[in-house]
Amino acid sequence: MSNSFLEIKGVSKKFGNIVALDNINLDISKSELFSLLGSSGCGKSTLLRIIAGFEKPDSGKIFLDGEDITLLPPYLRPLNMMFQNYALFPHLNVKKNIEFGLKEERHNNDEINLRVKDIISLLELDGLEKRKIFEISGGQQQRVALARCLVKKPKLLLLDEPLAALDKKLRVQTQFELVNLQYKLGITFIIVTHDQEEAMSLSDRMAIMKSGKVLQTGNPVEVYEKPINEYVANFIGTANIFNIKEISKNFLIEELNIKIDLPKNAQMFQKCLIRPEKISIKKINSNNTTEKCTGVVKEVAYLGSYTKYLVESNNFQFYSFMQNREISERLKIKWDDLVECSWNNESIYFFNE
Amino acid sequence: MSQFIFLMNNFLRKQNFWFVFTPYFWLILFFFIPLALIFKISISVSEWGMPPYRDFIDFSDGGIKINSTLSNYAFIFSDSFYLRSFLNSLSLAFTSTLICLFIGYPIAFYVAKSKENIRNLLLILLIIPFWTSFLLRVYAWKVILQGSGIINVILMKLGFINEPISMLYNQYTVILGVVYTYLPFMILPLYGYLVKFDLNLINASNDLGAKPLKTFIRVILPLSLPGIIAGSMLVFIPVVGEFVIPELLGGSDKLYFGKIIWDEFFVNRDWPIASALAMSGILILVIPIIIFQLMFAKYNFKNE
Repeated sequence: MSNSFLEIKGVSKKFGNIVALDNINLDISKSELFSLLGSSGCGKSTLLRIIAGFEKPDSGKIFLDGEDITLLPPYLRPLNMMFQNYALFPHLNVKKNIEFGLKEERHNNDEINLRVKDIISLLELDGLEKRKIFEISGGQQQRVALARCLVKKPKLLLLDEPLAALDKKLRVQTQFELVNLQYKLGITFIIVTHDQEEAMSLSDRMAIMKSGKVLQTGNPVEVYEKPINEYVANFIGTANIFNIKEISKNFLIEELNIKIDLPKNAQMFQKCLIRPEKISIKKINSNNTTEKCTGVVKEVAYLGSYTKYLVESNNFQFYSFMQNREISERLKIKWDDLVECSWNNESIYFFNE
Repeated sequence: MSQFIFLMNNFLRKQNFWFVFTPYFWLILFFFIPLALIFKISISVSEWGMPPYRDFIDFSDGGIKINSTLSNYAFIFSDSFYLRSFLNSLSLAFTSTLICLFIGYPIAFYVAKSKENIRNLLLILLIIPFWTSFLLRVYAWKVILQGSGIINVILMKLGFINEPISMLYNQYTVILGVVYTYLPFMILPLYGYLVKFDLNLINASNDLGAKPLKTFIRVILPLSLPGIIAGSMLVFIPVVGEFVIPELLGGSDKLYFGKIIWDEFFVNRDWPIASALAMSGILILVIPIIIFQLMFAKYNFKNE
């Protein structure tokens, strides 16, 4: 017995010849907001469906709060799932959708009405009780779907792409609401998403999945700053990845032909990662500088809060993101400008493939 | 007024006039006019001759005389024989609709939930019987059920019975024939609704704690209600007027409405009575159906 609330032990699943999940092991603690992140087809939805009980794993076990739920049918599991398209019942109104699950538990009507009322005011659905599902907006549908699950006070709530159907503005707002709600209720959330920004802003911890495997688990900062491999580095944010070689107690960044000092604990590293925001660039007039790295700006994308630059140096292209800290009417650095690039050597992350 | 003419001209010149009104012309030509003719005959006076009723409008005496009567209706409602045959038909339609529903629903559900390639194969299998004449298929049941038919032969070979049992020419063979013939009309509309059914709704119901039977009652059944109603109408309404199957498979134990109309037309050559029967049948059926549809539309809109 471990301390984890939801324990996934060696779960594998095949559909025909296709391996959907390959020996997944995850430990999720109580009241955690955990994300499963990956591109489509990575197996994250299959894992969610196995936790919910809609699919049976070929092997492996799932424990919830110490209880083996691997073989329990969905209707006996003390957890609920919010579906991607919400799967609200079109023949029932908002209130009847919300109380659907409570009616299956043996409560008296007063208790049901009280709990439904509470959840309706918590999710600000007042006044919509009698509306049909197709008569309310997408954001309201999302909250009804959430209410329908939460009213059952589940131990665990599974959310399959909970924000995918909302437009961008509403999505950001709902992200915060979701986090607040989770914090208020203390229910463990598992969120499946393909949107890395969403996962980063929502999660306490996240698991990056690819081809049915979990590549890395960790909190958003860990995963962003210390990705386990090139795939994760590229999947989360933008990554400048360089090959490195050890030359006489120094490292050589091969692509840029730049020597840097050996980090303290470094041995046998093959690659390094410098995130774009950690590289700053400065306009120069000639190549004769003492800076270690000079390059030419190939692309500029002004995004308001920061500007993306694609810099070519030594025939290798990498990104630099610069904060726009001062008000200016035009960009100081433009296409084909000569720039010198600098970074703090502590900002370089070394890893092996 | 001139504006109206202008609008009408404009409207008639546009091609979409024909596009919109073709179905109405069709209805008028092949439904409304024949129905009006039947109605005219039903209030005409019966007479020997060809056609076997008196001219509706008679100019023979130099003036105009309209020969119409309601006595045909009075007659059929005074003789309980007709009412009984109509009730027989209603009960046949009701029983066979129910049986079709109970057999058809699981089949439709299974077909709708099969994988695409299997589903298409199953649909073709459902439609294949239509490639054979309906009459032949009903006749085939005669061959199967008759004294020297395959069922009797097998039962005798296996020693369950010593001599053929007579299975033909009673109300049960009529139900068998009707159910066999009309089953696809139940399955296809049901399938149409069930195939659109979002499987996640079943998952959601399970997830919220409803066991499979409860999920069926609380989610699947109410959402397939329009399909059930469409299929039931498609079976019920034509079966009330069905006369071929009772004619071929039925016996003298029960008389059915369709066959009575047939007999009045072709055996008694009493067209006005037959038409009055047909009109009464239509009215008795159509009015409750219209009321039901209106109520259902309301129910559908306002929810429970």
